[in-house]
Amino acid sequence: MGKKLLLEHVDVPGINTLSVYRQKGGYRALEKALRTMTPEAIVEEVKVSGLRGRGGAGFPTGMKWSFLAKPEGVPRYVVCNADESEPGTFKDRYLMEKIPHLLIEGMIVSSFALGAKTSFIYIRGEYFYVARILEAAIAEAYEAGLLGKNILNSGFDHDCYVQIGAGAYICGEETALLESLEGKRGNPRIKPPFPAVAGLYSCPTVVNNVETIAAVVPIVNDGGAAYAAVGIGKSTGTKLISASGHIKKPGVYEIELGVPVEEFIYSDEYCGGILGDRKLKAVVAGGSSVPILPADLILKTAAGEPRLMSYESLADGGFASGTMLGSGGFIVMDETSSIVKNLYTFTRFYHHESCGQCSPCREGTGWMEKILHRILDGDGTMKDIDLLWDIQSKIEGKTICPLGDAAAWPVASAIRHFRAEFEEYVRKGHSIKDVKHYYTTQGLPEPAYS
Amino acid sequence: MPKVTIDDITIEVPEGTTILQAARMIGGDVVPPAMCYYSKLKTSGGYCRTCIVKVEQGSAKDPRPMPKPVASCRTTVMDGMVVRNKTSQEVLEARAGVVEFLLINHPLDCPICDQAGECHLQDLGYEHGKVETRYEFDRREFEKIDIGDKIQLHMTRCILCYRCVKVADQLTDGRVHGVINRGDVAEISTYIQNSIENDFSGNVIDVCPVGALTDKTFRFKSRVWYTKPVDAHCNCDKCSGKVRLWYKGEEVLRVTARKDKYGEVEDWICNDCRFNKKKTSDWVIEGPSKVDRHSVISANHYDNLKVLKATVDRQQLALPHGEKVGLGKGALDPNNIHGKH
Ligand SMILES: Cc1cc2nc3c(=O)[nH]c(=O)nc-3n(C[C@H](O)[C@H](O)[C@H](O)COP(=O)(O)O)c2cc1C
Ligand code: SF4
Ligand code: SF4
Ligand code: FES
Repeated sequence: MGKKLLLEHVDVPGINTLSVYRQKGGYRALEKALRTMTPEAIVEEVKVSGLRGRGGAGFPTGMKWSFLAKPEGVPRYVVCNADESEPGTFKDRYLMEKIPHLLIEGMIVSSFALGAKTSFIYIRGEYFYVARILEAAIAEAYEAGLLGKNILNSGFDHDCYVQIGAGAYICGEETALLESLEGKRGNPRIKPPFPAVAGLYSCPTVVNNVETIAAVVPIVNDGGAAYAAVGIGKSTGTKLISASGHIKKPGVYEIELGVPVEEFIYSDEYCGGILGDRKLKAVVAGGSSVPILPADLILKTAAGEPRLMSYESLADGGFASGTMLGSGGFIVMDETSSIVKNLYTFTRFYHHESCGQCSPCREGTGWMEKILHRILDGDGTMKDIDLLWDIQSKIEGKTICPLGDAAAWPVASAIRHFRAEFEEYVRKGHSIKDVKHYYTTQGLPEPAYS
Repeated sequence: MPKVTIDDITIEVPEGTTILQAARMIGGDVVPPAMCYYSKLKTSGGYCRTCIVKVEQGSAKDPRPMPKPVASCRTTVMDGMVVRNKTSQEVLEARAGVVEFLLINHPLDCPICDQAGECHLQDLGYEHGKVETRYEFDRREFEKIDIGDKIQLHMTRCILCYRCVKVADQLTDGRVHGVINRGDVAEISTYIQNSIENDFSGNVIDVCPVGALTDKTFRFKSRVWYTKPVDAHCNCDKCSGKVRLWYKGEEVLRVTARKDKYGEVEDWICNDCRFNKKKTSDWVIEGPSKVDRHSVISANHYDNLKVLKATVDRQQLALPHGEKVGLGKGALDPNNIHGKH
């Protein structure tokens, strides 16, 4: 069994309540931080831990924290990104729903380290009931003197608020999140300035993912070095993986970074193998935005090394033969699945979620969706495949925020690795509608594409 | 003062200058096209992506190239920065891509659009785009909206440059219009068709790079290239009173602000000057305006009209339902088009 740093007590009954959470050692990190550590020492431990942002980009958290501007007389804010809207990603929900106090404790400790008297948890609208769970936990924490004025007699004051979004993927992009939090339209900001200098209400702000903030708790408890001892190379610690798709045991798994992909898919400790013992076809390893890889490349790198669940190993080979760990949304597709259909679903999503500020993403995402729809309908041409390739290349890297890239990469990788399948759609023409995919082989009604 | 090199030309500029401003200081071909940036509007720019350039060297201190093309209007110059615009095939390709994106949902109804002749999207298309369209689907359409009795909004032509929103934000109190919805159905709207009623609302017409916001008092009166611009002023207690009058014969057809060679107004003007003073006697005439090459109303801007016509024909043919707008014999004769409407 791999080491669990976040979910160790997830199955303990009542762990969502303050009393049980404390029985299991909860709020020890807060006591330790407030009573025995300086803010600088905490930032140092986070740096030593090698923790990297769990929201998708994998930016070193300690470094992000040390960039935070500290002008005199200006408030600083800590904002937790709980917008979790990347298709295939559902780990933050699990953590907040099961152990809300772990996030609250992480928020208070992080805020103490960064000198923030106020923090916000921005949670997606669809997680309404989770927001209620968090609010109940926050109320308990206030009651116990863990939030509010003079926390644990340390002289540190802190208030934490939950803000519910209105259900837009783009509000997970950190600057769009800040706009939305300020009550404005959730458009990503043009950077610079970065939030570390001018974030919420133009004040220095740190935005971190739920899992990142929760990981601060074990780092403070056991020290950065102990955290760094888990994992592999620059991928330190544990990572929550949301496993879904054609696997026997979908769910959220906490893994030590460095577990071989093959073990993750096939061992009983994790996904338990492919549904119906069918053949693996492809995996989207880090949420819908990252490049899809065919079975051979997800199990082994182009050089023939076993592929590991780590930032470096998954990225090995660049986009030609690799992918990214991203947010850890691990979507498994077996031999019955259609790459083209799946890509259409993703592309439709990005088209729907584009904020529309910049022309390549606003116009290009819709165009790609229309072409894919045409190919799926059996009306595509070989030229459409090249056109799709060209459109994605004209979006990638030319937009304000990375949503443009996130829309381009799935298209590029699907064509790169599965071009033959697109060509088959074109060749089969209208008879493609008779081809059996997962739904039809399982006797389920096909979803309507509109 | 930082030194920056753009397309092999080096210039020294004040701290905080953007690449686009530096390029404008050099002038000529080095200047990237800008559809959303507007020097008089704070926080403008960054949206349209037409001004993207390649930064080959970040600065003297950190000579690494920037990995992606950057929006020159929102990127500050660093000492020793080396930038490529016209001299980079990659930039030209990427820009052609942006132009294509801006045009795929554009109605291409220039023959019946009041902005034709002074439209930045037309200029952009001709100068930086490709002749053919690869887009074969229905184009986005919106209903026309009257914003009060003087301004009309035709969203179908809008490129979402956000300039009008910033004008309303920065020039007038209590902005009542903005962007609603998102992605490719985002639209400029007064939501419940509230009219924009204030002394400076008319400026949204001048900042609009396309024919999305037009002056209803001028609609379909004439093609702009048949009118004669004359600079004039008056004593106005609300604005500078410095305007441009557009004459056809003896008649003032419209009043606008004076624009510089980048199409930006020199001074904002009030609605009174714009909409209500349409007599020569309202004004002190200064003389004919100098018209920049950046407009088809300057002589011989597109000297080969045949090529122009062929291009428009081809674009029209590419329209999905075979709906041709104002085409046929003498299609480019503005009177004809006018009559057709
Ligand atoms: C379109 C888009 C959506 C995003 N959605 C999320 C999200 O739902 N949750 C999240 O933590 N980060 C999301 N991110 C990443 C954030 O911008 C930001 O990098 C992250 O919150 C930083 O936290 P971390 O360093 O702890 O990962 C998104 C980014 C983009 C471009
Ligand atoms: S890339 Fe897309 S989502 Fe991001 S700012 Fe541009 S239009 Fe909006
Ligand atoms: S209406 Fe005109 S000024 Fe306003 S966003 Fe659209 S194109 Fe820009
Ligand atoms: S002018 Fe720079 S992005 Fe539009």
